[in-house]
Amino acid sequence: MIEIEGITKTFGEGASAFTALDDVSITIQSNEFFTLLGPSGCGKTTLLRTIAGFLDPTRGKLALDGEDLLSRPPYQRPVNTVFQSYALFPHMTVAENIAFGLEMLKKPKAQIKATVDEMLDLVQMAPMADRKTAQISGGQQQRVALARALAPRPKVLLLDEPLSALDFKLRKEMQLELKRLQHETGITFVFVTHDQEEALTMSDRIAVMNLGTIRQIGGPRDIYDHPAERFVADFIGDTNFLQAELLDTTGEAARIRLGSGAETTARAAPGGPGAGGQVTVAVRPEHAAITGAGGALLPGTLQEVVYFGTDTHYHVDLDCGGRFVVRVQNQPGHMQPREVGARVGIDFAAGIGQVLKD
Amino acid sequence: MTDLSTIRSRRETRDRWLLLTPALVILTLAAMGPLLIVVIYSFLTPGDYGGVEWQFSWTSWFNVVAERDFFTEELKLADAHLTVLWRSVKLSLLTVILSFLVGFPTAYFIATRPAHKRDMWMLLIMIPFWTNLLIRTFAIMQLIRNHGTINMILLGLGIVDEPVQMLYTEFSLLVGMTYVYLPLMILPVYASMERLDFNLVEAGYDLYATRFQVLRRVIFPLVKPGVVAGSILVFVPCLGAYVTPRVLGGGKQLMLGNLIDLQFGQLRNWPLGAALSLTLLAVVMVALVFYVRAIGREGESDV
Repeated sequence: MIEIEGITKTFGEGASAFTALDDVSITIQSNEFFTLLGPSGCGKTTLLRTIAGFLDPTRGKLALDGEDLLSRPPYQRPVNTVFQSYALFPHMTVAENIAFGLEMLKKPKAQIKATVDEMLDLVQMAPMADRKTAQISGGQQQRVALARALAPRPKVLLLDEPLSALDFKLRKEMQLELKRLQHETGITFVFVTHDQEEALTMSDRIAVMNLGTIRQIGGPRDIYDHPAERFVADFIGDTNFLQAELLDTTGEAARIRLGSGAETTARAAPGGPGAGGQVTVAVRPEHAAITGAGGALLPGTLQEVVYFGTDTHYHVDLDCGGRFVVRVQNQPGHMQPREVGARVGIDFAAGIGQVLKD
Repeated sequence: MTDLSTIRSRRETRDRWLLLTPALVILTLAAMGPLLIVVIYSFLTPGDYGGVEWQFSWTSWFNVVAERDFFTEELKLADAHLTVLWRSVKLSLLTVILSFLVGFPTAYFIATRPAHKRDMWMLLIMIPFWTNLLIRTFAIMQLIRNHGTINMILLGLGIVDEPVQMLYTEFSLLVGMTYVYLPLMILPVYASMERLDFNLVEAGYDLYATRFQVLRRVIFPLVKPGVVAGSILVFVPCLGAYVTPRVLGGGKQLMLGNLIDLQFGQLRNWPLGAALSLTLLAVVMVALVFYVRAIGREGESDV
């Protein structure tokens, strides 16, 4: 279990000072696949480097299984990193790279050899053991970097955007591979990415970060279906934002009146206002349906129809202002039912919308 | 079609030779020519007042390593020459080691500064290098002579009662040459250090390597080509050093360069001077072969 408590990291001093991490607190469970997700510059890599020991935080506490980590140099932390650039030692072979950590830990020779062989098998790189790292492909280097970091059996594996250099297909493969490795080794993975899809696919839990702060922590479904605030809703997936009036709140259900005058219920913002005032409601494009104009929650005019292969996007200009995108999955033999310029309505079920904190 | 391409390739070959001509002429006249003259002179007989007599002789080559006793005609090793040769090689190697010990940390320090400050540090290294060699040598002399800065400080602090004799010793040559040739070590080491991916250093720390282990197992192997290049760059001019031993050795601590100068000057034995020059060249070549081999091994292992 990693306990991160009130970690703050400021670079520079005085007027040019920049706060990369602002009072960040997270508890990461053992054997968890935990993802730090956010745009570049949000502090996710700074946090990762702080856990690894390459950066000292300005303030805060960091403990692994109850033991303080901050007082230890990186080479005494049972934590290994898979670097974004892989950082494989170019003067060593694949096998020597994997053995490096074990040698530094002064493990017996026989054990090192056994572990290296086991790791080579685990990442399916055994035939390449004696190659230099410059002689293998990007995807293979990725595997070696993983094997090298896993070989010393760390308690925590830190992964700094390890898949960003790979092409699309290989990335998909490695996502599943990483998930498998995490499952097989039982090691806690802390994964940094700016790719929301990657985060949703692989993680047990995700922390969404922005401007050095944690915006929301939760499971992939939680974060996607119930974003707490505008930033999270916007950053992860596509979202329609609707202005609405908050009438009242009962438990998790908030009664709202949309711009069109229609009333429905949405999920209340945790810790948000209970009643009264204007709020923003987020609705995912695939959670809404396109219907006839009569009796729909939001009537409007169809402005654009964009075909995407797997699905079709309908862009609707609402009568009450703003644009709403509905995503409909394409079925075999399905014909485009509506013409641009037609009067349409948008419907979504009660409880689908999410009231945002801000 | 074939004719056209033949003509074109022939023309290209001709153009290439034409473009190479100036370089070839300069190389022939400035490098090959003088070298040839030196080789020829080394097999001739010395003239009475300098110059050479056009008479073939092995004597000067023989004299490089051996000499005939003036009175007894007994053959013995040319102690004086061998002493100078040994001193030259020894001092050159020591200078290489010393400049590595000073230059490596310096290069590391500069390479780890923020990018915009590195140029400033490199400039500070280069400024003395651009200064006249004699001036720099005399500056060292001022530091280490009996009434120089260091001795005055030592005397002033009461650490010593009388000045420490540093000038005109091998020590003074070592200090002088290290100071003079240090930039030649720092530059190539810095060049390879700057290309070093410092993520690798972090990866080393991450994989439980201590600072020393990272230095030995990660940094050093990767900057080794720079260290080898720097060592050669320092070793070669040290071996033929002339000014530094002349000024700081005070005529007592001769090195190969001074010995050669003596033969061509006061001793009026041009063939022996030529033979000694070629000996120096041979030592340098041997060093270069070692260098090429070391680099070659690096290259092979990279493929």
